[in-house]
Amino acid sequence: MSKARSAPVRAAFIHLALIAYTLVALFPVFLTLVNSFKSRSAIFSQPMALPTPSTFSLIGYQTVLSQGNFVGYFQNSLIVTVASIALVLLFGAMAAFALSEYRFRGNTLMGLYLALGIMIPIRLGTVAILQGMVAAGLVNTLTSLILVYTAQGLPLAIFILSEFMRTVSDDLKSAGRIDGLSEYAIFFRLVLPLVRPAMATVAVFTMIPIWNDLWFPLILAPGEATKTVTLGAQMFIGQFVTNWNAVLSALSLAILPVMVLYVIFSRQLIRGITSGAVK
Amino acid sequence: MSDTEIADIETVPVKRPTRWHIAVFLAPAFLVYTAVMILPLIETLRLSFFNIVEGQLAFVGFSNFQTLFGDPRLSADFWNALRNNVIFFIIHMLVQNPVGIAIAAMLSLPGLRFAAFYRSAIFVPTLLSFVIVGFIWKLILSPIWGIAPSLMDLVGLKWAFAPWLGKAETALIAVSLISVWQYVGIPMMLIYAALLNIPDEVLEAAECDGITGWSQFWKIKLPLILPSIGIVSVLTFVGNFNAFDLIYTVQGALAGPNGSTDILGTLLYRTFFGFQNQMGDRSMGATIAAVMFLIILAGVALYLFVIQRRMRRYQF
Repeated sequence: MSKARSAPVRAAFIHLALIAYTLVALFPVFLTLVNSFKSRSAIFSQPMALPTPSTFSLIGYQTVLSQGNFVGYFQNSLIVTVASIALVLLFGAMAAFALSEYRFRGNTLMGLYLALGIMIPIRLGTVAILQGMVAAGLVNTLTSLILVYTAQGLPLAIFILSEFMRTVSDDLKSAGRIDGLSEYAIFFRLVLPLVRPAMATVAVFTMIPIWNDLWFPLILAPGEATKTVTLGAQMFIGQFVTNWNAVLSALSLAILPVMVLYVIFSRQLIRGITSGAVK
Repeated sequence: MSDTEIADIETVPVKRPTRWHIAVFLAPAFLVYTAVMILPLIETLRLSFFNIVEGQLAFVGFSNFQTLFGDPRLSADFWNALRNNVIFFIIHMLVQNPVGIAIAAMLSLPGLRFAAFYRSAIFVPTLLSFVIVGFIWKLILSPIWGIAPSLMDLVGLKWAFAPWLGKAETALIAVSLISVWQYVGIPMMLIYAALLNIPDEVLEAAECDGITGWSQFWKIKLPLILPSIGIVSVLTFVGNFNAFDLIYTVQGALAGPNGSTDILGTLLYRTFFGFQNQMGDRSMGATIAAVMFLIILAGVALYLFVIQRRMRRYQF
């Protein structure tokens, strides 16, 4: 009896707690977006209010677009992220296939070696990475960032993809071999299409830390021509710290692409996590 | 038909020709990973035993480490950064992981409406870059804008407001909590996945025995998700002892006020790269990186060889 009555009460409490935390999670983002569309005086006098026709202003965005080189920064971030993801997926899938498909001497050892990087952060090698990039003449190039992010993304990609590739049916591959397909054709034409969902998961996991990274752009490519959007926003905000319109607009512009991608890929990402891809 | 297939069919490894395709599949990943990650890591560890002596790079044994741990100029900074980093980690373990577990426990209750919405919304901060998170919170906590004091006024707590980020006693806690806010999504998702994997029969059996609600969580679910809590803890450990970006955006490279938010990552950046009147020092930078490497390695090894082995895993 008491249990039946307490159930809706309990559900209400749970919803209350979850709504409260959702507000905590979203409020700062909401506040930034809303205030980026307001005039300076309204930002201070009514920070919580939605923009009304009298307080609406795009002055912040005008400042950002005229003063900062945000289009260039976006382009750099996009090139670095897309190229790194492509390389991580291609090289990662190839290595994962070799590790999961063939039995050869040193297989386990190679697997462990490639998995080291999941736990040991690449940042700790920064001193020598910078030295190497200087020697190779790659400082202040997007190539240096792409190389670092590819190396950073590979261990987890290989780990997740080889788990998935073990589930691809052996019969299919044997049939391919009997039909005279080469090992390369089996990989590219039979196996790759079948692990596409896993590749999408890996792509999302790889993308977030690359897009958001500040450390390597700051150290390897701080030049104006190679700034990524994260570094660009950081420096822009540092210069315009008292221009609240510009700061809020720059933040909103930096949030935008991440939110768009999240809306598109959130199902993929959450399915990837909850299916135990990162156990 | 090549020899390989015949060997496969017979399953007896007769003499096989060298299978070049294995090398071709492995080579690109192996080369990039080795050249850009492993070799620099080894080179950094090696550099920590070298320093400039009379204008020449020379092997100096453990003297860099002695300087780091004992020299009055640098060691104060180092021990301060290490202590702050430990506090940073403890706050994450005490706040981020329990909150994440609590949210996951609520989300995984059967028949909860809007669960997908809550889940996606609470994960949003995890996706944002440190630059965004750092500046948003800097603005919100700023006494000039007054968002935080006026919100606290709503619940009658205005007296408790202080410019937390600007005071040496509270800045580290404030920065840690910002980082917790950002990363709650990770324990939430991993624990949520673990909770969903508990088979219904186990929970039904518990209900038949009259174990429901709270006691069901403590007695049945929590022991079953302990392995995931272990993974979350080691991920938190590695992430925290390697953190840099958030402190750098909120408090700058000097990790003010007065070094109160300095952690190993910011110390490494300043030492290696130099900042304002301080010259960059490659050898000492490598030494700090080596210490961070050993700390992280110790944490991961402790997890792999002690915690994970003792943990009971249940097979369903």
